[in-house]
Formats: sequence, C-alpha cells, structure tokens
Amino acid sequence: MLADYSILLIGAILVNNFVLVQFLGLCPFMGVSNKLETAMGMSMATTFVLTLASACSYLTYNYLLEPLGLAYLKTISFILVIAVVVQFTEMVVRKSSPLLHRVLGVYLPLITTNCAVLGVALLNINREHNFLQSLFYGFGAAAGFSLVLVLFAAMRERLAVADVPLPFQGPAIGMITAGLMSLAFMGFAGLV
Amino acid sequence: MALMRITSPHAHGPLTTAAVMRTVLLATLPGLVALTYFFGFGTLVNILWGGVVAVVCEATALRLRKRPLGFYLNDASALVTATLLGIALPPYAPWWLIIVGVAFAILIGKHLYGGMGYNPFNPAMVGYVVLLISFPLEMTTWAAPAGINPTGTPGLLQALQACFTPASIDVTTMATPLDLLKQNQSLLLEDLWVQNPQFGRWAGLGWEWANIGFLAGGIWLLYKRIFTWHAPVAMLVSMTLLAALFYDGGSSASAGSPLFHLLSGATMFGAFFIVTDPVTSAVSNRGRLVYGAAIGVLVFVIRVWGDYPDAIAFSVLIMNFAAPFVDYYTQPVTYGHRKDGDPES
Repeated sequence: MLADYSILLIGAILVNNFVLVQFLGLCPFMGVSNKLETAMGMSMATTFVLTLASACSYLTYNYLLEPLGLAYLKTISFILVIAVVVQFTEMVVRKSSPLLHRVLGVYLPLITTNCAVLGVALLNINREHNFLQSLFYGFGAAAGFSLVLVLFAAMRERLAVADVPLPFQGPAIGMITAGLMSLAFMGFAGLV
Repeated sequence: MALMRITSPHAHGPLTTAAVMRTVLLATLPGLVALTYFFGFGTLVNILWGGVVAVVCEATALRLRKRPLGFYLNDASALVTATLLGIALPPYAPWWLIIVGVAFAILIGKHLYGGMGYNPFNPAMVGYVVLLISFPLEMTTWAAPAGINPTGTPGLLQALQACFTPASIDVTTMATPLDLLKQNQSLLLEDLWVQNPQFGRWAGLGWEWANIGFLAGGIWLLYKRIFTWHAPVAMLVSMTLLAALFYDGGSSASAGSPLFHLLSGATMFGAFFIVTDPVTSAVSNRGRLVYGAAIGVLVFVIRVWGDYPDAIAFSVLIMNFAAPFVDYYTQPVTYGHRKDGDPES
C-alpha cells in the first residue's frame, strides 16, 4: 500500500518526469524559468492546481461522465474543470499575495494551457487510477515539474551571464540545456 | 582588530589553468597504468585519438568564435576532457564512437556555453552519456582483464587495429562485475565470486587496481591543493554509508559490500577526477559537501535499483544541473556580515 504510493510518486517525479521524460508542460518550463523567484511561485501555483485538477477531473469522470455515458467528452470537460481550478487559484493568489500575483502576471492563467495538467488528468483515466492514486499521481507530476523548473531557473540565471555565442543566446541555449538534462534523467530508467 | 598586512611585491602563485590541467593529466597516470596493465592498450589509444579529435574540435570552435587560438589551446583543457572521456570509454572503442563523444563534449558540452569556465555540465560526462544512450552495445562491451583473458592482453598494434578497423579484430569481452551483480538472481555473493573469474579480491579483477590507482592520483591532487576534499569525501562517505546500510552479508539479492562499491566501476575515477571539476560543481565548501553527498546517493541508487550498471556520469550530470540551486542555498556568509545578511553594527 505505502510502497505502491511511493512507487507512484518516484515514478512521476523522477523516472517519468513530466517535463524531461514525457515532454509535457514545456511552455512554462521555458517561459517562467528566467528567474528563480518566479519559478518558485509558478511551481507552487502549478502544484496546487495540478493536484486539485487531478482530483476534480477524476471525480468529474467517475461520477458525472461515466454514469451518463458521456466518457467521450472527457477531454473537453477536463479542460473546463482545469480552467475553473485555475481561475479559483488565481483568485486565491490575488487575495492572499498581491506581490506573487504581480510577479506571475500572465503566467497564472497560462496554467490552463499547461499540457501537463491535462496530461495528468487523461493519464489518470487511462491507467485506471483510483481517487487516492489520482491525487498522488497529480502531486507527483507537479513535484517533478517543480523540481526541474526550479533547478532549471537557477541554472538559467547562471547561463544569463555566460559567454554564450550570439546565435545560441537566450531560449536556444535553454533548449539545449533542457535536452542535456533530459539525457541525464534517462539514468533513472528502471528505478520503479 | 589587528590584521597582518603584507605589502607588495607579492610572489605569484604558479597555479595557472594550464598548470592545473597538466597536474590533473599527470595524476591520471597511476590509474591509467593499472587500466593498461589489466585491459591492454585500448584506453591509451582512446585517449590519444580522443586528444587529436579534441584539439581539432577546440580549434574549430575557437576559430568560429573568433577567439585567440594559441591562448586557449595552451591551457590543455580540451586534452583533459579527451583524457577523462577516453578513460571512461570502454577500451577498444571504434574510432567513430570516440569522434562522436569528443565532438559532442567539446562543441556542445563546452563551446555552446561559452567555452572554458562557463560550461554548466562536465563536458566529458556529456559526451559519455550521449554515447551510452545512443550506442548502448558499443558502450557496454568491456575487454576481459589480464589473467583470465584467453587470448592474452592485446598489445598496442592490436589496440590501434581495434580502434581504426573495428571489423578486422576480435577483442575478448566479458561482463563487468557490476553487470554480473546486477544480473545475479539466485546465487549467493560468495558463489557468484567463485564462479566468475572477473571478481578479484575485493571487487573486480583489474577494476580494483584501477580504482586504487585513481585514488592514489586523487590523493596526490589533494596534496597539491588542486581541489578541496569536500566533494569527493562526501561522495565516497555517502556511498559507503548507503552500501553498508543495504548490505545483508551476501544473499542473492544483496547490493554488494561497501568495499565492492568503492572499488568497482568508476567510483574513484569519478570521485577524484569528475566530481571535483571546479567549473561544474558547487562553489562553496558547504555546497560541495551537499553536491558530493548527493552524487554518492544517486550513484548507489541507480547502480542498485536502476537499469544501468554504473551511474557516475548520470549522477554527475544531474547534480551539475542542481549545482546552481545548491549554491543559491549554501552561500557562505561574507566576512563582517551576519547570517541574515545585515552588516554587523
């Protein structure tokens, strides 16, 4: 029981990391990683949204879509659920931390289009996770996303001052770094 | 507060980049001798051919970037990269494998990031990981060690032949001790030891002496103050502790004794020649402790539970990635300041 959930977590965080192994959620990974502080804010917001959206979409699918025979509507209804959760998060952040809201700015609504969020919701259904498993899988995915986002942001602050050749400056070297990182994460293959 | 004041002229420290690089090259000698004794001239050919490729790549990159050729080639950092990669590659690797690895290391691992001093990832390990993932078969065939090699240790000529005309010669290969341990399902460690001649006294025949050689070279580098003890010691200690924790005395599911892990694979080579890279590791001493310890943990975890038999390259790359973050949280307090950053009043 406990072992199952820790395997699920390790699998989602390291072995099948959503960003570096499954290549989901690359837009915020590249877009919000220029500064460590924003990356931390973004990862916290994403963790909150992802875990909540994972649970909500599970409930929607199993208690609304499935009984009504509307399973084929799952993608579009998950998008709706995620949009609602993001809107809710934005309201919470705006009230609780105006500074964070200003820093995250445009990126917060962008969580709606973070493919990792929809990806987790759909994968939960595909793999027939139960409610608790969905919750853990969503949290693990978010933790893995946050881990690499924060590490990547710290690295990009250093890359910003490196003597990178002109054609490779900015996002280009960021992409190459992400690729090398993806190579390194392949070392975790087989852990679970 | 009385501070000792020394007026100029000051004596110059002789520690230039080129001198450091030459010292590192020299320090690989004991390990290299052991590798050559047990596995033949393959590693030497790797290094020589890799060195040629490295210098060509470095010169091309410098020319493209319009940097002074002589100044940067003189610091021998490209040769160090080629040497480290050449040692890590299996002996008798084909010529194209070495070209791909070294070119990737120098061009993408180093010069795309701005060259010497800016590369966030250890170039040699970047090259190694790219090769390991792209050519797993070539990268996991190790020569049989001397003593149990039925055809005898290949000489220099055979090594050259194996490198440049790979199809013309067969080098006897064998599973490495780490491979054997990973694939072992049912044998007690003691039986595994007896049935496979690849195992030596403590770890693998040949491997244990290569590791001891690299340990000796590393200690000499420590004595020469090329790097501080923090990262390598932290790595070895964390690995030993984990190995001791999970060692069950030698059942078939055993992960191997601490001594086995310390002296097999690339442990010592990694600890003293890869982890200590001043550019890609954490900067402060406290940061290096964290950095080294995390590498030790990752190596053990991947060795024992992952798919790959050894994991120095993967672990080092992962921690290279994390090093700026580690630095961020282990910034030393500057002299005259308190921990919270306010100047002392």
